[in-house]
Amino acid sequence: MSEHHSAISSPEITYAAPHKDGVVKKFMKVTWVLSIITVIELVLGLGLAKNWFGESSGVILFIKGVICILSLAKAYYIVSVFMHLGDEIRNFIMTIVVPLCLFIWFILAFLWDGNSWKNLRNTDAGSRTEQVAKPAVTEKGLKN
Amino acid sequence: MSTTAIPTNTKWWNGGRSPFNISYGKVMMWYFLMSDAFTFGAFLISYGTIRFSVNEWADPNKVFDSAPFIHGGAPLLFVSIMTFILIISSVTMVMAVHKGHLMDKKGVEKYMLWTIIGGLAFLGCQAWEWTHLLTGEHFVLAKNGALEAWNTSVIHNPWGKELDAAALKEALGKTSPKVLQSMIMSHDHAATAASLKGLSVTQLTEKVNEMVAAGHMHVNNPGPIAFGGYFFGITGFHGFHVFSGVVINIIMYIKAKMGHFEQRGHYEMIEKAGLYWHFVDLVWVFVFLCFYLI
Repeated sequence: MSEHHSAISSPEITYAAPHKDGVVKKFMKVTWVLSIITVIELVLGLGLAKNWFGESSGVILFIKGVICILSLAKAYYIVSVFMHLGDEIRNFIMTIVVPLCLFIWFILAFLWDGNSWKNLRNTDAGSRTEQVAKPAVTEKGLKN
Repeated sequence: MSTTAIPTNTKWWNGGRSPFNISYGKVMMWYFLMSDAFTFGAFLISYGTIRFSVNEWADPNKVFDSAPFIHGGAPLLFVSIMTFILIISSVTMVMAVHKGHLMDKKGVEKYMLWTIIGGLAFLGCQAWEWTHLLTGEHFVLAKNGALEAWNTSVIHNPWGKELDAAALKEALGKTSPKVLQSMIMSHDHAATAASLKGLSVTQLTEKVNEMVAAGHMHVNNPGPIAFGGYFFGITGFHGFHVFSGVVINIIMYIKAKMGHFEQRGHYEMIEKAGLYWHFVDLVWVFVFLCFYLI
């Protein structure tokens, strides 16, 4: 027997994807992929801790960027294979993935804001008091 | 029961049949998880904003450098154990879902049990880590110019920049004998409160100075206060998800054991619990990234 069909769980569903025998092999492959990526992340993280990459902030930022991309790869494998989103109908995948694109703006805008806040903190911009000429109070004005 | 015969009480989702060929329950679980992703995302982005806005932050390699029986000097070790526990429990969960597709009751029970054990192991690790942070004392230059013993909590962050020699000397002069005693005891395990009782303040200060000169003791300035709130808030919220996931998994295990799913003819509830459990693992990928790695 090369494939099994799932029991159809509800009358609103007309079709269940076949489960091929190779699926367990695929899970094991993804387990190895996740483990190896995690080990690479840990080695890079340890490198940051032990100053292997020097003091240059550009290089450190690059290593941190690599770690972020590796984490996104892990997220892709978990969602696509372990959560079986990759096996769903494309339109359904889009109803999940498209709203998540909001994160692109969300992350960029707020980190930008945090950075701007730091720049204000490090200059006198935050504490500057505005030199606005106050309207002169005349004797007439006071009388009124 | 034939699947072609439609029960009269079927509540199709008003459109006749599932537009995505996926059951209502699974669709709603996905949308719940999407909203939960935004909740976690908002927390982590808020943390990122605050971290970007200050000039210094607690160094994770100093804060999280211990494990049971290892006192310091082992950054990333304990958290990597926690990460692997969650990855493995995700694998056993996916196997439970797979066994459910095959209508293999014994297989579902076995893998659900392993998943539950993995979840409990993770929670145990987190409990140890929180306890370690909340009870571990670090010496910090307080506002009054004296040194104080601080834990890591939502109101105390003892992980600021290290004090230089001159500032430390000045602060030691103002520090109470009680704090000096605990400073000595924290590094010299032969010293006890009784053995230090007879020493004068000058003698105590002398002893602390020796330890500092030998490089055994690090005294810091207070770090940004937001660190504790974000760390305990976000890992706590994640830990609460793990906890509720374990509870859901236990219920699913019991229901599988009682044969409820076999009677129903499908193991879809295991799939829904699995979606939640994998999501918990997914969030950990990012918590691990933001708090421990970078």
